[in-house]
Amino acid sequence: MAHITVTVDGTSYNGEVEPRKLLVHWLREDIGRVGTVVGCDTSNCGACTVLLNGRSVKSCSVLAVQADGCEVTTIQGLSDGNEWHPVQTAFKECHGLQCGYCTPGMVMAAVDLLSENPTPSEREIREGLEGNLCRCTGYHNIVKSVSYAADLMSAGPTKGAK
Amino acid sequence: MIPVEFEYVKVTTIDQAIAALKSGGEDAKIISGGQSLLPVLRLRMAEPSVLVDCGGIDEMLGVRDDGGSITIGAATTHHGVMNNPLVQKHALLLAQATATVADPAIRHRGTTGGALAHADPAGDVPAAALALNASFVIAGPSGRRTVDAKDFFLDYFTTAVGPDEILVSFSIPKCDWGSHYSKFSRTAQAWAIVGVAAVVNVKGGVIKEARIGLTNMAPTAVRASTVEAALVGASSAADITAAAMHAADGTRATSDLHAKADYREHLARVITARAVRAAAGI
Ligand SMILES: Cc1cc2nc3c(=O)[nH]c(=O)nc-3n(C[C@H](O)[C@H](O)[C@H](O)COP(=O)(O)OP(=O)(O)OC[C@H]3O[C@@H](n4cnc5c(N)ncnc54)[C@H](O)[C@@H]3O)c2cc1C
Ligand code: FES
Ligand code: FES
Repeated sequence: MAHITVTVDGTSYNGEVEPRKLLVHWLREDIGRVGTVVGCDTSNCGACTVLLNGRSVKSCSVLAVQADGCEVTTIQGLSDGNEWHPVQTAFKECHGLQCGYCTPGMVMAAVDLLSENPTPSEREIREGLEGNLCRCTGYHNIVKSVSYAADLMSAGPTKGAK
Repeated sequence: MIPVEFEYVKVTTIDQAIAALKSGGEDAKIISGGQSLLPVLRLRMAEPSVLVDCGGIDEMLGVRDDGGSITIGAATTHHGVMNNPLVQKHALLLAQATATVADPAIRHRGTTGGALAHADPAGDVPAAALALNASFVIAGPSGRRTVDAKDFFLDYFTTAVGPDEILVSFSIPKCDWGSHYSKFSRTAQAWAIVGVAAVVNVKGGVIKEARIGLTNMAPTAVRASTVEAALVGASSAADITAAAMHAADGTRATSDLHAKADYREHLARVITARAVRAAAGI
């Protein structure tokens, strides 16, 4: 067993983990952050995407021990509890989801994309979300959502009531 | 699935890494970004006893200017490499090839040195390293040695890095030639069916010299040396297309569920012409 300390969504957690434990399993099973989901066994789908020290990663492809000392943001840490994050507002407004399974990862990948490129073109959005698969929407509304989120974010704080 | 049990050692120096590999025995393995290794472990296609994490070794992180060349720490992420100003200025082809690897999240974790050490025949980085005449610094129990790109890639998933050794860094002679990486794949986030890495020295509209690496046309990345020779003196699209007809010469493409060998050979010729024209601006 190894001892780790990880800050998740602003709260510091520590505990003993088996080195083979994947970050996503630690988030879900050990500390109850079940907003982040697992969709595949091959690192392809992106449903498990979280931010690790501010950058998107697939949490099924990182060991929990590798996150020791790091800061993780999951879908559950995006909103302050009162207002949605603009990307969440945009997904709601533009109908950027159907079953919702890909959404936690899709939103985190979009947050990462917009932090690097606040005004992406449609092509840049499609390429930026390349690592996230959606079986329902056909992607069009997801692309619209991210584009709308970019507008919301450049316009300043949103009024998206939760 | 959940990987088999293993021990995990995080090291901060190359010497510690080599000692940890030695004490771990033949099933000890380096883990860098884990973006090739963890999927394999999850499918239980490998059962290492110890994973030695080299992500905390300062010497293996970042890019430095060495005068005539730049040196890239093997544990620098794909994202770090493709956005690095030194790489963009002096080894643009590497940035171009790295930008086509997988997707942003994988590029945030996966490392360029890891991709080179892994040596997947469909990986995008080895062909660029070959075309750029990279050289590799390998450390092991008996010290350090430097290996040229032409002697680095030995076979499927096999390089000059031995099981008790670690790839520390690789260096690229500064190159201001025109460059382009052209990757042919059918879906987003997919591996190359065929890829072509080209650097071309053009003077007065005429190609003086060219170096071309091919992805997925043999058990390792290979140079298209017949094309390179045929390109000297080329000055038109027709010249380039004619030279590119040799792109499959001497290759050993395989057939798999993505493509048959003869289709790969066809693609190599077409994609080589495209990559060279884009690199040369002709
Ligand atoms: C869904 C998906 C799609 C992908 N698509 C592409 C693609 O299109 N093109 C592409 O090129 N790659 C692709 N990759 C692979 C990606 O490039 C990996 O990041 C890279 O191949 C391995 O780098 P890593 O740092 O993650 O290595 P790891 O996974 O940590 O290690 C890989 C292997 O190399 C060894 N190793 C790593 N570093 C060293 C070192 N410094 N010294 C000695 N041995 C070392 C390890 O022991 C292991 O055997 C994809 C991966 C995934 C999961
Ligand atoms: S669960 Fe599919 S990429 Fe992580
Ligand atoms: S909304 Fe169902 S998978 Fe994307």
